[in-house]
Amino acid sequence: MTEQSPTPNYASRLPEPRVARSIADTADHHLEIEEVTKTFGRRGPGGGGVNEVLKGINLHVARGGTTAIVGPSGSGKTTLLRLIAGFESPDSGRIELDGETVAGDAWVPAHRRNIGYVAQDGALFPHLSVGQNIAFGLDGGRLGGKYRGRKAIATRVEELLEMVALDGSYAKRRPHELSGGQQQRIALARAMAREPEVMLLDEPFSALDAGLRVATRRAVAKVLAKAGVTTILVTHDQAEALSFADQVAVMRGGKLAQIGNPFVVYTRPADRATAEFLGDAVILDAWLEGSLAMCSLGPIPVRHPTTQGHVQIMLRPEQIRIASEGTIHGTVLDWDYFGPESSVRIKLAERPYGQPLDPHIPGGGGEVITIRHWNAAMARRGMDLALKVIGEGVAFPVAE
Amino acid sequence: MTAPRQDSPAGAAGVPARSASGAADSGQSGGAARWLRPARGRARIPLPVLVLSIAVGAISLVPLGFVVAMTIATGWDTAIALIFRPRVLELLGNTIWLVVISVPLCLVIGVGGAWLVERTTLFGHRIWAVLLAAPLAIPAFVNSYAWVSVVPSMSGLGSGVFLATLSYYPLVYIPAAATLARLDPALEQSAASLGLGPWRVFFRVVLPQLRIAVAGGALLVGLHLLSEYGAFAMIRFDTFTTAIMEQYRSTFNGAAGNMLASVLVLLCLVMLTVESRARGNARYAKLGSGAQAAPTRLGLGGLQLPSQLALAAVAVLAFGVPVWIIGRWLIAGGAKIWANDAFTALSAALGQSLWLGFLGALATIVAAFPLTWLAVRFPGWLSKTLELANYVTSSMPGIVLALAFVTVALHAIPDLYQTTPLLVAAYVLLFLPRALVSLRAGLSQAPKELEEAARALGRRPIVAFVRVTLRLAAPAAAGGAALVFLAVVNELTATLLLAPTGTSTLATEFWNLSNGIDYAGAAPYALLMILLSAPMTYLLFQQSKKAAGQ
Repeated sequence: MTEQSPTPNYASRLPEPRVARSIADTADHHLEIEEVTKTFGRRGPGGGGVNEVLKGINLHVARGGTTAIVGPSGSGKTTLLRLIAGFESPDSGRIELDGETVAGDAWVPAHRRNIGYVAQDGALFPHLSVGQNIAFGLDGGRLGGKYRGRKAIATRVEELLEMVALDGSYAKRRPHELSGGQQQRIALARAMAREPEVMLLDEPFSALDAGLRVATRRAVAKVLAKAGVTTILVTHDQAEALSFADQVAVMRGGKLAQIGNPFVVYTRPADRATAEFLGDAVILDAWLEGSLAMCSLGPIPVRHPTTQGHVQIMLRPEQIRIASEGTIHGTVLDWDYFGPESSVRIKLAERPYGQPLDPHIPGGGGEVITIRHWNAAMARRGMDLALKVIGEGVAFPVAE
Repeated sequence: MTAPRQDSPAGAAGVPARSASGAADSGQSGGAARWLRPARGRARIPLPVLVLSIAVGAISLVPLGFVVAMTIATGWDTAIALIFRPRVLELLGNTIWLVVISVPLCLVIGVGGAWLVERTTLFGHRIWAVLLAAPLAIPAFVNSYAWVSVVPSMSGLGSGVFLATLSYYPLVYIPAAATLARLDPALEQSAASLGLGPWRVFFRVVLPQLRIAVAGGALLVGLHLLSEYGAFAMIRFDTFTTAIMEQYRSTFNGAAGNMLASVLVLLCLVMLTVESRARGNARYAKLGSGAQAAPTRLGLGGLQLPSQLALAAVAVLAFGVPVWIIGRWLIAGGAKIWANDAFTALSAALGQSLWLGFLGALATIVAAFPLTWLAVRFPGWLSKTLELANYVTSSMPGIVLALAFVTVALHAIPDLYQTTPLLVAAYVLLFLPRALVSLRAGLSQAPKELEEAARALGRRPIVAFVRVTLRLAAPAAAGGAALVFLAVVNELTATLLLAPTGTSTLATEFWNLSNGIDYAGAAPYALLMILLSAPMTYLLFQQSKKAAGQ
């Protein structure tokens, strides 16, 4: 939420993915993706455009873990999921499942990978009943013999329906008779029927409306966690990714910009684009010396600074609070009322702490920031507010 | 990892990353093992689909190639002498006047009827909706037979226009009605809120939206006028098609007939071009999502009675009179026309028609499947080119197509001449679009994602295809097959030229009898053809309701 800061070309200096310390090299890797690239080419007369969708992806997924791949549309996340599922093969690089190569030097087609897949709209077979949909993968293949006969299959279908919190009577219904949320739960039950080791979810909640989305997401997460299935969710909704997964991989322009646990990627994003993609951000010019950054909001501590001098400091709006008194002041410009909270636009004071302008501090105040506050009465236009900052900021180097 | 890896292609490891342009030629060079693996880069068109669809496209070009080759073979001077003569000028005049008068008449009746039925408070509009489409069930030459059998003096341009309009206006009415029924009333309401009165809303908002439907309907009427033989021969009205048939009868395979065919094909191409211009690049799909409200109806008020009378006149002339006349001939013929010999001939013709219809439908669906698959899953220049080739060919008059097949067969494979396979091939080219439209709708209902879901559930790709895609497309394929079947049953021109000697179908037998002025004897055949056409009319009616708005 920076109205005043310049916007240099961040894409040109994407940092190497940072792997959160807590996850790296400790877990038992169920799925390993090494240097995977994928290019789609157009052909035919006038074609010839080449679209490099994945530019060297590295991702490790822990057994039983939940990973969310989040990124704006067109960033290549669905392509990555389709490569893992085996619907397409990478141009180069390697995908290993449980220590065995499934793409790269060897090739295992989709139907031989034990990977469940839930598509965006569920992809239920319209010509089959709910029960027949769920039983579709039960006969033959890896499970051959386990569910022989009508009765065994019917029992299993009922079990699966129960698992997704639907009663047995649904088995006789047709997919089109179900609501969107129910369809997604059936699609999950159908994929779970084969007891997959890995479950891939391709934006399965995006077609649902807001209330249903949260409820369905919770229900699905519960089922998968209970079964201990390694899960990969693809989504463009950062809140969904942060709440669903224990590892979040941020994808942008065919690369993974950052991988880490939700708390880390949200509070310590690797770069400004990631910061802004994952949520609202207040970004101010600052001067960093040691681990203290001076800016219009006063001195702000920075953990593990990678650079010194002129930086941009990133704070989440919820870190900036209205105080009863203090040295940092701002004037309310306007506000948006959302009910439980308001979004308040504040112009910071020209001289932040009543001192002569420090030559080291670029800018010198006057920036406009947006914060959130629960009490609309505190935010009237023209009001002068005292502000304080909670916690640490993240410093990004400034492109010179 | 439980998945076995035996089926990994041995050589795949060393395959270098291919550039986008390299992907095109890898289709031919790839070993069998590589088919197991999805393409690097863009998904590849399966080889059998590619081969089959290109084969169908190549055969589609035979008639056009024939016309061009014949014109060149005839030589420039001879061609000019044969084309620029009074007889051709007379035929050209007849044909152009026929088109120029009949098409606007069909548009007025078709669009006006559709608007009355779908958008006004016309009393009994549900019944009128069906009655106005019903004349499509009467083949044009049966309609002509009915009128000529009571008014033997019918002949010339006026009668031609009269019969053509009554037979073909449903081709405009059906798409126009479907579009009007599906038109989003929000558009009209918006126009009204912008200050337009009901009539101005109709002309400025509703009518422009009908452009695609009306242009398409007008083209169909025009192409039918060019290719119709029976209806015009019956009233001794000479068009290019009847003249070509005459030439063929007298000189078998003369240069004169071929040159007439060239001019006819030229007319046909002109018509296709005009239509594609009139259609424009505009798309009139509804923008945005959300359920659509029911259309509003305009109060007819004092115009109720005149509207009812006008529609009644159309329905009586186009449907009532022919059916009544056929009924009269049936009664007049009495038991004689159902007697032993006649009955044997009738059932033989019915059997032949059904058998040819079955073969034609089967072959057409088989030929349509790869083309549709290509168009739905791999849209691109190849699928567009093949579609265009087939579109042009199927628009050509049956007589030209038949002439081309006769000539090519006699020159290249004489054994094929007047055999069932050749006739069936002609049916495929003529009626392929009917199957394509149905199949396309069917395959669109079986998106790639469903097949992928089946594969993720452990099905081999071929099993996933059969159990999901083929299964989902089956009803649409059956619908398309039914349309082709019924079209074959009523086909006259190509059947007359190409059918094996001794073959008699309902259409050809009816033709022989009514040409021999045995009107009573022909009546049972007419009745059977109408009864067989009724379900086709219904299917087309239903299909148009679904297709409109896309």
